[in-house]
Amino acid sequence: MRAFAYSRPASLDEALALLGASARPLAGGTDLLTLMKADLLAPERLVAIAPLLPSGIARDAEGVTIGAATTLADIERDPTLAQRFTALGQAAGVAATPQLRNMATLGGNLLQRPRCWYFRNRLAQCWLKGGTACHAREGENRQHALFGGSGCVAVHPSDLAPALLAFGASARVRGAHGERIVPLEEFFSLPTGERRSETRLRDGELVLQVSMPSYPEETRSLYLKEMDRRAFAFALASVAAVVRVSARQRIGHVRLVLGGVAPIPWRAHGAERVLLGEEADERLIEAAADAAAEGAVPLKGNAFKLPLLKALARRALRSLLL
Amino acid sequence: MSVPLESVTLRVNGAERAVRVEPRRTLLDALRLDLGLTGAKKACDMGNCGACTVLLDGRAVYACLLLAIDCAGREIATVEGLHDDPLQRAFIEADAFQCGFCTPGQIMSLKALFSRTPAPSDEEIVRAVSGNLCRCGAYRNIVRAARIAAGRR
Repeated sequence: MRAFAYSRPASLDEALALLGASARPLAGGTDLLTLMKADLLAPERLVAIAPLLPSGIARDAEGVTIGAATTLADIERDPTLAQRFTALGQAAGVAATPQLRNMATLGGNLLQRPRCWYFRNRLAQCWLKGGTACHAREGENRQHALFGGSGCVAVHPSDLAPALLAFGASARVRGAHGERIVPLEEFFSLPTGERRSETRLRDGELVLQVSMPSYPEETRSLYLKEMDRRAFAFALASVAAVVRVSARQRIGHVRLVLGGVAPIPWRAHGAERVLLGEEADERLIEAAADAAAEGAVPLKGNAFKLPLLKALARRALRSLLL
Repeated sequence: MSVPLESVTLRVNGAERAVRVEPRRTLLDALRLDLGLTGAKKACDMGNCGACTVLLDGRAVYACLLLAIDCAGREIATVEGLHDDPLQRAFIEADAFQCGFCTPGQIMSLKALFSRTPAPSDEEIVRAVSGNLCRCGAYRNIVRAARIAAGRR
């Protein structure tokens, strides 16, 4: 790791004034330090923000707000989340390892960079790092994207992001010029030629907290993740599902978000349309699982993810609806 | 780029140890190179293996992904702080290692579990060491050692 200066500002405003292209914020460090060790980032200064950011989980009539410095372990163990936002607690519990969950923060989890082996290799000047070609498109792409791969076919590595999106979460972000609320559905955005990043967070902005609206008590949710091994791996595919069945047995609310299959968490709008307003049965769930895979563009090495994805969607919906 | 050294006091296994380090010094390198505590191992140095597991304020963490200066004033526990610990005795009894390189990390992960849950279930044991790879494949005996330490034979 290259040398850098280290600042411990006394306030968020002081921290924001320090941040810029050559000064990066440090919280849990579990992604930032790997990027620096791989020489993908070489900031001149790290700014310690963990003690300054909101931390902890607060529930009120509006919903739940989670501070950006809250660790994944705290999210995993929180009884309110386990009960009312089950998919989020489950997602935190199957992310990474106990050690990483003790260190990693919610903010950093949303902002972590892809694990694509070309992106992570300093010698590969891939499209996402400002180059002209995505090496994975024609190269080794077993772990890569089925959806949204126009410029880059890396997948978003977060487990929490699909669950938060499924709960309609928003991020409160703050920069030198003030704060704004960004729905996570807009926060995550496919990288473009001008913005080679998976989020719309601007340089010098920090995520302060993430909020989810409250849901009626009968709302149920689930997060399912498939990996190459039972633990300590990123998702090959995952599904976050949130549903509510109305009194007349009709599906009154549904959100299905896929992880590990697109450069950003991927909402399965087609599957949601199949389900909404209908009465659940095996046939409907089968049709929804098929719809979740619609529009997929498999690459040479990752077509196996399609049946995997459908099976996860089917299993999640059966568990929640039948 | 030249950066001045920072004075940091690390509290390791109950004793205060002063070091002068660059900000980029990881906790793992500070333990191994500045303090001569080589129990925590440097294997992947990327958070992918668990050989560097130590406890920070009682929680298992990867020392390779922490900066030493961020650990000032916090309680750090390494395998060197254990003396004839029931977990160590159980590892010997169950032959829970071959090369032994991952063992300090495995034991510290279990130490974090046992400090909260003195008689953990098999599921809790497997979960607690799920962030520690063993390239020799001694997993079955690692779980058996933890079971012995939990009072089940």
